[in-house]
Amino acid sequence: MAKQHVTTTVNGDAVELLCDPTQTLLDVLRDELDMKGTKEGCGTGDCGACSVVLDDVLVCSCLVLGVEANGKSVETIEGMAEGEDLHPLQRKFIDHIALQCGICTPGLLIASKALLEENPDPTESEIRYWLAGNLCRCTGYHKIIEAVQDAAAEMRGN
Amino acid sequence: MGKAPSPFATKIPYEKKDLKIVGSNPTSRGDAVDKVTGRARYASDITLPGQLIGRVLRSPHARANILSIDISAAEALPGVKAVVTRDDFPDMAVEHAASGELMVNFRDVTRNMMARENVLYDGHPVAAVAATSDAIARAALKLIKVDYEVLPHVIDVRDAMKPDAPILHEDQFTKGVEPKPTKPSNIAARLESKLGDIEKGFAEADIIIEREFNTKPVHQGYIEPQASVANYTEGGLAEVWTGTQGHFVFRAQIAKLLEMDLSKVKVIPTELGGGFGGKNNVYLEPLAVMLSKKGKRPVKMVMDRDEVFRATGPTSGTNVKVKMGCTKAGRITAAQAELNYQSGAYAGSSLPLATITVFTRYDLENVSVVGHDVTTNRPKVAAYRAPGAPMVAFGVETVVDEMARECGIDPIDFRLLNAAKEGTQTHFGPKLGPIGYIQTLERAKAHAHMKEKLGPNQGRGIATGFWFTLGAETSATVNVGEDGTATLIFGTVDVTGGSRSAFAMIVAEELGIPFEKVRTMSGDTSALGFNFMTAGSRGTAAGSMAAVTATRKAIARMCEIAARKWEVEPDQVVWEDGMARPAGANVGDFAPMSVVELAKEAAWFGGTIAGHAEINVAQGGPGFGTHIVDVEVDRRTGAVKILRYTLIQDAGKAVYPEFIEGQFQGGAVQGIGTALNEEYIYNDKGVLENAGFLDYRIPVASDVPFINTEIVEVPNPDHPYGVRGIGEVPIIPPLPAIANAIHDAIGIRMRDHPMSPPKVLKALKDRMIEDAAAQGTAAE
Amino acid sequence: MRYEAPETLDAAVGLLAGESGQARVLAGGTDVLVQIHTDRADPDLIVDIKKITELRDIADEDGAWRFGAAVTGKEMMDNAAFNAAWPGVMDGVRLIGSVQVRGRATVGGNLCNASPAADSVPPMIAARAIATVIGPDGRREVPVEDIVTGPGKTSLGKGEFVVSFQLPKRPPNSGDAYLRFTPRTEMDIAVVGCAVNLTLDDAGTCTDARVALGAVAARALVVDDAAKALIGTKVDDAAMEALAAAASAACSPIDDKRGTIEYRTEVAGVLAQRAAAIALERAKS
Repeated sequence: MAKQHVTTTVNGDAVELLCDPTQTLLDVLRDELDMKGTKEGCGTGDCGACSVVLDDVLVCSCLVLGVEANGKSVETIEGMAEGEDLHPLQRKFIDHIALQCGICTPGLLIASKALLEENPDPTESEIRYWLAGNLCRCTGYHKIIEAVQDAAAEMRGN
Repeated sequence: MGKAPSPFATKIPYEKKDLKIVGSNPTSRGDAVDKVTGRARYASDITLPGQLIGRVLRSPHARANILSIDISAAEALPGVKAVVTRDDFPDMAVEHAASGELMVNFRDVTRNMMARENVLYDGHPVAAVAATSDAIARAALKLIKVDYEVLPHVIDVRDAMKPDAPILHEDQFTKGVEPKPTKPSNIAARLESKLGDIEKGFAEADIIIEREFNTKPVHQGYIEPQASVANYTEGGLAEVWTGTQGHFVFRAQIAKLLEMDLSKVKVIPTELGGGFGGKNNVYLEPLAVMLSKKGKRPVKMVMDRDEVFRATGPTSGTNVKVKMGCTKAGRITAAQAELNYQSGAYAGSSLPLATITVFTRYDLENVSVVGHDVTTNRPKVAAYRAPGAPMVAFGVETVVDEMARECGIDPIDFRLLNAAKEGTQTHFGPKLGPIGYIQTLERAKAHAHMKEKLGPNQGRGIATGFWFTLGAETSATVNVGEDGTATLIFGTVDVTGGSRSAFAMIVAEELGIPFEKVRTMSGDTSALGFNFMTAGSRGTAAGSMAAVTATRKAIARMCEIAARKWEVEPDQVVWEDGMARPAGANVGDFAPMSVVELAKEAAWFGGTIAGHAEINVAQGGPGFGTHIVDVEVDRRTGAVKILRYTLIQDAGKAVYPEFIEGQFQGGAVQGIGTALNEEYIYNDKGVLENAGFLDYRIPVASDVPFINTEIVEVPNPDHPYGVRGIGEVPIIPPLPAIANAIHDAIGIRMRDHPMSPPKVLKALKDRMIEDAAAQGTAAE
Repeated sequence: MRYEAPETLDAAVGLLAGESGQARVLAGGTDVLVQIHTDRADPDLIVDIKKITELRDIADEDGAWRFGAAVTGKEMMDNAAFNAAWPGVMDGVRLIGSVQVRGRATVGGNLCNASPAADSVPPMIAARAIATVIGPDGRREVPVEDIVTGPGKTSLGKGEFVVSFQLPKRPPNSGDAYLRFTPRTEMDIAVVGCAVNLTLDDAGTCTDARVALGAVAARALVVDDAAKALIGTKVDDAAMEALAAAASAACSPIDDKRGTIEYRTEVAGVLAQRAAAIALERAKS
C-alpha cells in the first residue's frame, strides 16, 4: 500500500503527512498527528464523538478518508479555545454541567459550534435535532441543551 | 451482593452543621476544563514509544467446541510480534471474588477472557495478536485457523431452563437445591428469600394479581469502547493503563489470571469514558499484558464498537413472575416473585441483587422470592446501573399500579399506604434506617407535573425505585502542601467527573480553606492501599468517608504542630473554622493559626502535614426515588413519545446539587432507552444482529424532553455529611413508569420489554380483535 | 487499496473500467467507509468522484431540476429554490443520517448503496427522477427505480456510475412528501418509508399521482394501485382508505432486526395516508 502525500490545514496550521489511503481522517488526527482530542466511539458515523469541521462542514472524521483532507482545512476541538480563553460553548458546558464522563464532549462542542454559526438563535427542538448525531450516555442531554441555549444567548450579545 | 458487610466497618456519625461549601455548586470542576479542550486522557489516548497494536479474534458461533487453533500463518506474517491463545494462560480453579456488585469465579473469568475448551457466545475471544500496525494485526487475525465443532445453542432464559435445553456446562449442577441434583442444568443456582407466611398473606387479600414479564438484555452503552495499554518489562513488572471502575480489583484479577505477584502489577486508571457497571470486568487487560510479555514491547488494545456489544457485559434478559395481594382498603398483604435471570455464558448474574431490591419499597409482612441464575449462549452479563433492579421493578411497579386501580386508590396514595420507612423489616435481613421514600412520594403528589392536563392518547405513569449503597475498602491520602493548599489522592474511580469535585468540597469544608485550594487526583495502585470497585453507588459516599478520615488525621497533625509551637499538649488545641485554636482560656492566649501558617511551620515542628485513611466503609444509606412520566401513544404506528418527565430522589445530602441533577437526568434517560427501544437481537444462529449504535438504539437528543428533578435530603446517619449513593436509583423506575403511562393512555398493559412500536401496535391490534370478538358475542 | 480523485468523467470511467480488482466509487463515503471499517468491503481501488464538476452542480433548467450525484445532503438543504420546488424529495434527504452524515452523504450514494431503506429513493422515484449514467459505452438515462435491483445490487455495469439526476418540471398545484417510520426520531434507518407525489386540477381533483414505498421489499417500489386510488378523487377519506389498502397490499417485506412483516405492512398504509395528506396540503398551497 503506497502512502500518499497529503497537505492540509489543521486548526490553522499547515500540515504535511504521508497517509495510507485506508486511514480515516480520524486515524490521521489521532495516530499520525497525535491529536487525541477527537474521540472514536463507533467508527461508523453513528455516535458523533469524532465530529470535526472540514472546509466549514460538520462531518464525522471516521467517515472521511485522510487523503480526502488534501487541500482542505480541518477544525478540531484542540482549536476551539484561544489560549486560556475558552469558547463560550466550552465555558457554558462547564457552567451547566453539560458533561460528565466527557468522552462525547469534544464532538458535541464541535457540533454545537457549527449549529450556532448556522443558526445563532436555535429553538430547543432545533438544538435537539441538530445534536441527534452526537450520542451522550451520561447526561440525558438536559444540561447540554441548556448550555447551548445559554451560550447562544451570550454569543448573540444578550 | 458483591461484598459481605464487615463487622469492623467504619461509620462516622452524621453531624448537622452550617456548611460553607458542601451543598453549593462550584464554578469549576477539576476535570471539566481538560474535558472541554480535548486534553483529558482516556485509555485509548495513551501512546507508549514502540507500542504494538493488539486485536482479538472472536468466535463467530454461539456455541462450539474448539478442536484446534493454528496460529502459524499469523505468526509468520511480517510485523506480527505475538500471538496468544488459551495455551498462554494458566487454567484457574473455582474461586469466587467480588468484582463490583457481582461476584466472579476465576475459573470462568479466564475462560471468558480467552476461550479454552469451547466458545459459548458470538464474540467469545479465541486468540489475540500484537503487530506493528492495526492493519497488520487485523490481517493476522484472518490467518488464524480455528477448527470448531458447532453445537446447539440456547439464547432465551426460558428456553435455557427447559429440561431438553442444550446444556452449556456439563459440570454445572443447580446450587441451592436439596438433595443435590444428579443431572447438569443451565440453572446455576436457586435463591430464596422469605418473610412471614406467604399463604396467610394471600388468604388475607381481597385482590390478588399475578402477572408475567419478560425483558431483553440491554447494554450499558458507554460511548468509550474498552481500551488498555500494557507494558510488561523483562524485569517481570507490568504497567497497565486502562479505563476501569476499579483499578485495584483489576490489578488483583490481572495478577491472578497471569500468576503474578500483586506488587509486580501496577494499574493506572485513565479518565473513564462511561462505565455504568460495564467496566467492572477485565476483558483486554490480561491479554494486553501477555501480548506485551511475548512481543517484548508495549501493547495497546482498543475494542471496535461491535466487539463492545458482542462481548462485553450487557444485562440479564429476564423472565419475572409477580403475584401480589392486597385488601380492598389498599394494604398489601402478600408479595411473591419468581425471578429467572440469564447470566450469559457463565454463572453469576445480578439475581442476588434483584432478590434484595424486588419489594424493598414497601412495608410488607409476607414475602416470598425465588430466583434462578441461568446460563445461556450470550456474553457473560455485567453490572449495569442498579443491576437487576429495573427488570423486577417493571413487574412489581406495574402490578402495584394494577392493584391501586382495582382498589380505586390513586397510585401515589396506594404507595404511601404501603411505604417502607425507618424500622421497616426487609425480607432479606436488615431493618431500614431513616430513609426518604415517603418524602419522594409526597413531593411527587404535590408536584406541578401532576396538574398538567393530558390530551387524547396521552397517559401518566408513576413508579418508584430503591437501591442500596455499597461501602467496602476505601483509601485516601490528604497532603497539605508547604503553601497551605491541599491535594487529595483518592482510590475510587471518578466515573462521571462529579466525585472529584465533591471530594474537594468536603476536604475544603473540613480544612476551612477555599474550594479552589483543594486539588483532587486519582491515585494509581501504587499510590494507595486497596480500594474496592466504584460500584453500588459508593463512589462519592464511601470515597468522601475516606477523604474525611484522612483530612481529620491531617488536622490532628496540624493541631500537634500548633501544640508544639505553643508548648501545650495536642489535646489542648482544637480545630475550628480552618484554624488551630487553644481549646480554652486556661490553655493560654495564642493567636489562632491558619492552614497556611501551620504549613509554613510544619517542617520544624515534626514534618509534612498529611493524613491517610484505609477504612472499610459500612454499607448503608439506601436511596429511594419516585418518577412521574407522561407519554403519548400513536395508535396507528405504536410509537410512544415521552412528553414530560419528573424525578424526585433522596440524596441524603446533595454535596454538589447540580451534578446530582445531571446524574438523575442521565439515569432517567438510560431508563427511557431501556423501556422503549434498547434490546439485544439475536438471529437463529445465535449471532448478535444489532452490534452497533445504529440498530442498538440508545436515545438521541431529539428523543427525550427535559427531565425535571427534585432532590430530597434525609441524611444518612452513618455518614458525616449525610451522603447517600445516588447514581443507580434513577434508572430503576422509568421502565415501569412508562408501562403504567402507556396503560393510562391506551388501556393496555405492556409486559414484554422493550415497549417498541411493533409490540405496542400489536397489542393495540390484538385488543381490537378481542373487542370485536366480544362485541360479536354480545350481539348473538 | 489505491485512492484516486480524478477531475474528469472520462478519467473516472477509465479508472473504474480499467481496474482488474474490486473498484468502488466514493462520493460521500458514509456507506462505503462503514463497509470497509466493518470488513464488509475490501476494495482495491477507490475512485473519489467529488472533484468532477458535473457531479457537484445543482441547477434549475427551465423549471426542471438537475443535480449532480455527488451533491451533498447539506448542499441540497442549503438550496432554497430546490427545497421549494421539491419539498418531498427534501423530506427524504433531510432524514439521511445525522447533520454530520448529511454533510457528506449524497443522493447518488444513497441510491447506489442499494439499501431498500434509503430515505431519498422513494421520493426520487415518486418524483419520476431520471438518472444519467456514464460508463465505458457512454451515457444513458435510466429511471431511478431501475437503478437498484436488490439489496446491495444495482443495474450499473462495470465502470458505470451515476452522474446526475433530472427532475421533471411539474404542473402547478403539485405537491410531494415523504415520511418514514423509525423507532428513534433521528439517526435511524427506515422501518417503512413512503413518498407521494400528486397533482390537482383547479377543482382540487387529483389528476396525477405517484406513490413509492421503501423498506417493504428487496428494493423501493412504485405502487401503481396506490396512485390509482388517488387519481380522479379529491383525496377524500375513501381515497385515503383505498390508498392505505393498496400500499399495504404492495408490501412484501421481511422480518428483521428493524421490523416485522406484519408491522411494516400495516404501517406502510398509515404512512401512505399521512404522506398523501402532506402532499395534498403542499399541492394546494
